Amino acid sequence: MPNVAGAIETIESHLHPEPSFDVAKHPMPTGREEIWRFSPLKALRPLLAEGAPLGGLDWAGELPAGVEMRKVPAAEARERAIEPPVDRVAAIASQRTGDAVYMNVPAEAVIDEPIVFTATGTGQQAAESLVVDFGRHSRATLVLHFQGSAQYASKYDFRVADGAEVNLVYVNDWDGDAVHGGQITVEVGRDARVRTIHASLGGKAIRIAERAMFAGPGGEIEQFGIYFVEGGQHVEHRMFVDHNAPHTKSNVDYRGALQGHGAHSVWIGDVLIRKVALQIETYESNKNLVLTDGCQADSVPNLEIETGEIAGAGHSSTTGRFDDNQLFYLMSRGITEDEARRLVVHGFFNDIIRRIGVPAIEQKLLAQVERELELVHGSTATKDHE
Amino acid sequence: MSTLVISDLHVDVLTEEGNKPILKGVNLTVRPGEIHAIMGPNGSGKSTLAYAIAGHPKYEITRGSVTLDGVELTELSVDERARAGLFLAMQYPVEVPGVSVANFLRTAKTALDGVAPKVRTWVKDVEGALGRMQLDKTFSARSVNEGFSGGEKKRHEIAQLELLNPKAAILDETDSGLDIDALKIVSEGVNRYSAQGDRAVVLITHYTRILRYIEPTFVHVFVDGRIVAEGGKELAENLEATGYEQYVKAAANA
Repeated sequence: MPNVAGAIETIESHLHPEPSFDVAKHPMPTGREEIWRFSPLKALRPLLAEGAPLGGLDWAGELPAGVEMRKVPAAEARERAIEPPVDRVAAIASQRTGDAVYMNVPAEAVIDEPIVFTATGTGQQAAESLVVDFGRHSRATLVLHFQGSAQYASKYDFRVADGAEVNLVYVNDWDGDAVHGGQITVEVGRDARVRTIHASLGGKAIRIAERAMFAGPGGEIEQFGIYFVEGGQHVEHRMFVDHNAPHTKSNVDYRGALQGHGAHSVWIGDVLIRKVALQIETYESNKNLVLTDGCQADSVPNLEIETGEIAGAGHSSTTGRFDDNQLFYLMSRGITEDEARRLVVHGFFNDIIRRIGVPAIEQKLLAQVERELELVHGSTATKDHE
Repeated sequence: MSTLVISDLHVDVLTEEGNKPILKGVNLTVRPGEIHAIMGPNGSGKSTLAYAIAGHPKYEITRGSVTLDGVELTELSVDERARAGLFLAMQYPVEVPGVSVANFLRTAKTALDGVAPKVRTWVKDVEGALGRMQLDKTFSARSVNEGFSGGEKKRHEIAQLELLNPKAAILDETDSGLDIDALKIVSEGVNRYSAQGDRAVVLITHYTRILRYIEPTFVHVFVDGRIVAEGGKELAENLEATGYEQYVKAAANA
């Protein structure tokens, strides 16, 4: 039985402050706090300000038969939430939500076609709360596709009941001036299986706290992410998996490519394994491919282990440039340098995308990566011929 | 017709401590249809010869030339050398995660020919080349070299040799790490390629074992960055019996 508790230092959990709906419990950050030290506070400023309720994004999509979706008062969303906000942006999102949205996928419903919603920003400041219940043994895929421009604070809660199988896909395809911050909390029921896919491709600043916890033993969550960060862009994914039940599994794999002056990515991979969480398995991985000078990739994996009786726990983080040997191998077969780079980056993302297991989404993301590659193609080529 | 001519080749390896000379004047002419075995002890510079000719950025050619059918390769980039007809089967083929064998082979073929291969014949060609190396159909969906066994990596290299059919091939320790069955399969592939009659083959090896299956036209003993002895296949048989020691000593005293 591997016992890693002795081998790995247990640290005081200063990364997960007590969640609260009370904005006063989340003082205005100075940038020196652990959870804010990587974040662009200036860009996020509108999302940190208290004020009157705001409108939301323009939502469009088709609801399959049997799935219920309705507006609810913000207070009801707070009651239905899995947990209160963990940071000020999420607290403001909740406080400034006008009408909240509640969605319910009934128990045992099997919805084969992905439920796709496109949320478009209209250049305004916006705040929203969304709570979705996936009933026992239901099966569904929910795709949220963000586009347009907004200063958007969001608080989402996805409760996945026992035995359900759910895919959650977020595509951040914002316009270049959009700012999006918030919190996504997923609760994984007994023996439930959840897969989340987070693609961040556009926007000026994105900062999302993604939190996962379990409502019983035997649950599994896989979280995949891809991001493409361009000059002047900030993309921050703050992952936290709370292994609060035995025999649960988590696997987090986020990959990003950065190019252009001031491109900044942040990935925090926190895992807490509580005393009760016997025989759990967890692995977290983050890989960053730095395509040009002037980029910054911060990557902080972090394990806190309170029991030694686990099946496996690990993490890895790599940040680097192109592997010369990969390029050499491809070029030695006649493939030009540009094409070789394109293949390597494509492969880097495809390696994640192929594991999604939802063909429609795989194709969509592959097409998105293709589009991003076309955008970066010229400048990486210039770079390499220096 | 494919002639590979290596003349007075001097090569440094680039390290953090500076340049270190490895090849100290290599001369070798490989005529069409010939197979030249280059044999030498570990650290003699055999692999450096292979990588330097292919253009690996870690090596710098300080003097000499390499021509293929009169084209000076040392002035070309890695991909241009390949398009000039050079192929290197690597000792340690590199993993390229997320890039399928099928995509890799098609991209390489397109780059070499300047046009995409015809879909119908190409799929058959790929299946044929993989099949002859006893790699099954599912192989083309796997990521290049990722999770391949040692034998699969080498068979994949030789499948590429047959499929891309270059003018000249350098095989860098293709036999190392192969069991006897895989060695036979790989050798048959090299023999089929060479049997076309107009291709040049340089077979770099540490062991004589592969020469039981591939008959070399010439054998060269490579020690301390240069060729120190040449002969027919009987030279390999002598090496089998006596080892490299006499050559290493002679080179040290020279």
